[in-house]
Order: sequence, then C-alpha cells, then structure tokens
Amino acid sequence: MLELIVISTLNGVLFGMLLFLLSSGLTVIFSMMGVLNFAHASFYMLGAFFGYQLTKWIGFWPALVLAPLLVGAVGMAVERYGLRNTHKHGHVAELLLTFGLAFAIEEIVSMIWGKSPMDYRIPAALDFPAFTVFSTNYPAYKIFMLVVSVAIFVALLIVLKRTRVGLIVQAALTHPSMVGHLGHNVGRVFMVVFGVGSALAGLAGVIAGPSLVTQSDMAGLLGPILFVVIVFGGLGSLPGAFIASLLIGLIQTFAVALNGSLASAFGPLDPSLGPSVLTDIWNVTIAQIAPILPYVLLVLILIFRPMGLLGTRET
Amino acid sequence: MLEVRDLHAYYGKSHILQGVDLNIAGGEVVSLLGRNGVGRSTTVKAIMGEVPPQGTIRFKGQQIAGLPSYKIAHRGLGYVPEHRDIFPGLTVRQNLLLGVKDVRRPGKWRLEGMLEMFPNLAARADTPAGVLSGGEKQMLTICRTLMGDPELIMIDEPTEGLAPLIVQQVGDLIARIAEAGVAILLVEQKLSIALRISHRVYVMGHGRIVFEGTPDELKANDAVRKEWLEV
Repeated sequence: MLELIVISTLNGVLFGMLLFLLSSGLTVIFSMMGVLNFAHASFYMLGAFFGYQLTKWIGFWPALVLAPLLVGAVGMAVERYGLRNTHKHGHVAELLLTFGLAFAIEEIVSMIWGKSPMDYRIPAALDFPAFTVFSTNYPAYKIFMLVVSVAIFVALLIVLKRTRVGLIVQAALTHPSMVGHLGHNVGRVFMVVFGVGSALAGLAGVIAGPSLVTQSDMAGLLGPILFVVIVFGGLGSLPGAFIASLLIGLIQTFAVALNGSLASAFGPLDPSLGPSVLTDIWNVTIAQIAPILPYVLLVLILIFRPMGLLGTRET
Repeated sequence: MLEVRDLHAYYGKSHILQGVDLNIAGGEVVSLLGRNGVGRSTTVKAIMGEVPPQGTIRFKGQQIAGLPSYKIAHRGLGYVPEHRDIFPGLTVRQNLLLGVKDVRRPGKWRLEGMLEMFPNLAARADTPAGVLSGGEKQMLTICRTLMGDPELIMIDEPTEGLAPLIVQQVGDLIARIAEAGVAILLVEQKLSIALRISHRVYVMGHGRIVFEGTPDELKANDAVRKEWLEV
C-alpha cells in the first residue's frame, strides 16, 4: 500500500506538472484576450510530432529545444495573422477561429504522419531505472520530465515576478489599454505571450510524447481535461491553474491505481444482491470511474464556486 | 503643441464629437469643462487613439490621428484616464516603474524624487497598489504617467469622488506639474480647481466647443456658465 502511495504520488505530481505546462499558457492567454484557445492542446500535439520528427533527424536533445521553438513560432503566427485580425469582430469569431484551427491541425497531422501511434522512443541516455521503491523501478525518464516541468515553472515565475517584461505582462492581463497608454506595445506583448504559451504546450508535447502515446488524437484526449483544470483553478489565475493541475493530476493517478469498488470496500459484508442493475454499480471500480472524475469535479466547482478556486471573475 | 481641428468621433452610430477644435501651447495649462456626457472624455480618448478619431490631430506639428496609443505615448503625450487604472496586483513601486517608456532613456521624473514628493506613496512603495485609498490611487496614476516624461499630459476627472482635502492635494500636484513646464489638458467638472490653475479654459456642449477664453472671462460670462456648466 505504501509503495502504491509513493509511486502514485510521484506519477500524480508528474502528470500535474505536465498539465501545468499546458494550463499556465492557456490561462494567461485567456486573461489577456478573454478567449479560450481551443487549439492549445493542438500545440501540445504539434510539439510531440515535431519532437518525434526532429528526434529522427537530429536527435532528441536538439529536438527538445527546437521543437518548442517551432511550435512557439506557429503560435505567434496564429496570433499575429489570425487572432489579431479576428479580434475586431468579437470574441465569438476568435473562439471559432481557434476551434477551426484545432480541427485543421489534427487533420494536417494525420495527413502527414497518419493515424497510428508513432515510434517515439525515450532517448537511450535516459532509458534506465532511476531508483527502486520497494519493488518498483522508477524510470529515469519520468524524473527527467518532472525536472524539466519544475524548471520551466520556476523560470516562468522568475520572469513574471522579477523582470520588467513580466511586470508589463502582469499589468496587461488586467488593464491592456492602460499599458498601451503608458507607451508599451500591447499587441507585441500579446503575440509574444501567445508564442511562449504555445511553446510551453509544445515542450509538454515533446517530453510527454515518448512516455505517453504520440498519435493524432492526443490533442482531443487531453484538451477537455485542460479546460477542466483552468475552470477549476479559476479562469485567468496562474496559482489557481497550478493547484488545479496538481490536484487533478493526483486524483486521476490515484483513481487509476486504486482498484477498489464499493463491493470490495464492504468485503465479507457484501450483501449479495443477485444479478440486477445495482450489482453493476456495486462492482464498479474506482479505476473505471477515473476518467470521469475530472468532469465530476468541474460540475461540482461550477455549482459551488463558479469563479473557480482562485478566480475572480464571475463567469 | 497640440492642435485639434474638426474632430469627430462615434460610439456605434451615435455621433459623440461633432467637430471639436482646440489648441494647447507648450507649457500651457488648459481645462476642458462641461457637463457629463458632452464629450469631454471622448475628446481626450480620441486624441489618445482609444476611440477612433476622424479629423486632424497634430502633436508637435505631426499628424497623430489613427496611430496606436503606444506610439502616441512615445511622441510625448501622457494620458491619465478617469477610472484610475492602477495595476492592483503590482506594488506602488512597480506601478511607477511601468510608467517609464524606455529604461535606456530616463526622463526628468525619477522614482526617488517621486517618492520623496509623496510620503504617502513612499511609505507604501512595496505594498500592492490595490489597497491604496482613492486619493492615493489618483496620485499614483498621475505620477506613473509622469514617469514616462510627457511634454503634454491629459488628465481626465482627477478629483471625481475625492474628499475636499484630497482634491486640494491633487490640485497642488497639477500645479507642480505645470511649474515643471509640462503642458496640461485637464478635464474637470469642479470649476474651482480648473479656474485656479488654468491659463485658458474650453467649455464643451453637445459634442463641440461652445466657449473659449481665460478663467476670468469665464467668470465674467454668466450666460455661458448658466447654459453649459451650472446644473
């Protein structure tokens, strides 16, 4: 049991940090533009595919740097030539643009790379067990993923809190036009933030690709959970996104790992109900309901605290 | 320094500014008076590019109508909007530093000097600006815009909703800005301050200028005051 807790905590924090790499960009972009970027998970997928392709051509380590930069450049282009022109037509137009973009990226990816999973492997240098907990070997690559996510988190925090650019971004989150009146080019700030957000999603894709599955439906699988994270944390709140990422990462990992059901919880006291609808419910395991847990949380938070954990908006 | 000719602006279909003309010379203090809703704030917003302007706006001889506001700010025009848009999560010091447009070319207003001038702000330099009182926020927004070293500063309703003592302090600050040689366009409803510190005043009504003159001329002109200013 202790082993399960240790391993699940590690995995949960790892999944949470990965979610944060994505949700941080998404939530910052939301507070700036007031628009949910539906294509955000697609940038994550692009990162994984670019990472896979570049790893084949030039090796994993250069790909680790280059692929996120490429995704960031795609993101900046989307902001500069897409969203900025759509902005004057209102939020619905912007929303539809990112929605269409998500489909377009998925189609383009499956046209180029096909629909089957890629053979995106963990680099040999990291393909060994880092340590052994009880009887489980914990892979070094997962530790590497954790280190990268934490390093990005710290770097992001330092840039936001300690640099002038970070201050301008923070101010532009709440008062974009005032920042413009003070002589700062808000349009450029938006473009760079969109680019950095996309690059972070891309980085998450590059490092998650070998560990999870690199496939053309990976954006669709992760996207909804991402929205749960940022709504749960409070739209536009970075600390909220951080807490929600970790929480949902941990909940999902633990739910999958715990193989209990109502029946087993009662053990010998299990009233034999005979074959009925109730038996099915009685025997459902926590692992089986794991995938819906985030959405249950989403519904609960929307009922009891619509602005999210640390959000301020009443939306 | 600032020359506005036949300025028009619209909010949707309503024609808010219907041909505004005004001039401000270097170092001059000018007030724009009038009742609520006559287009005073819109005039300033149109000059700053926040509302799309139609007409001629020349600053230091160059047309600025249609430029994005950050470029207008870089030409040397400062703007303090009426809702005291401080950045609430940032500290007082950080707010002031964001007023600096280019860290490589610091202007004549320095952070240290600013904090010396306002012991209230200095005492709270490292607290989030969101907790300041209304008067302190107003001081902060004006000081923040000054940090960008404007040659002309446009201040929209700085005394609205402030206690009389604070109104006095804001008035003193504006007088001090004028002494430093910065031209001022003040949008006000309180005649007392405007008449005390202005060289010239404009009165607006229904989207255009209805009176132009010195404070003394306005004081002497009962008809204009009755028709366009008094409630």
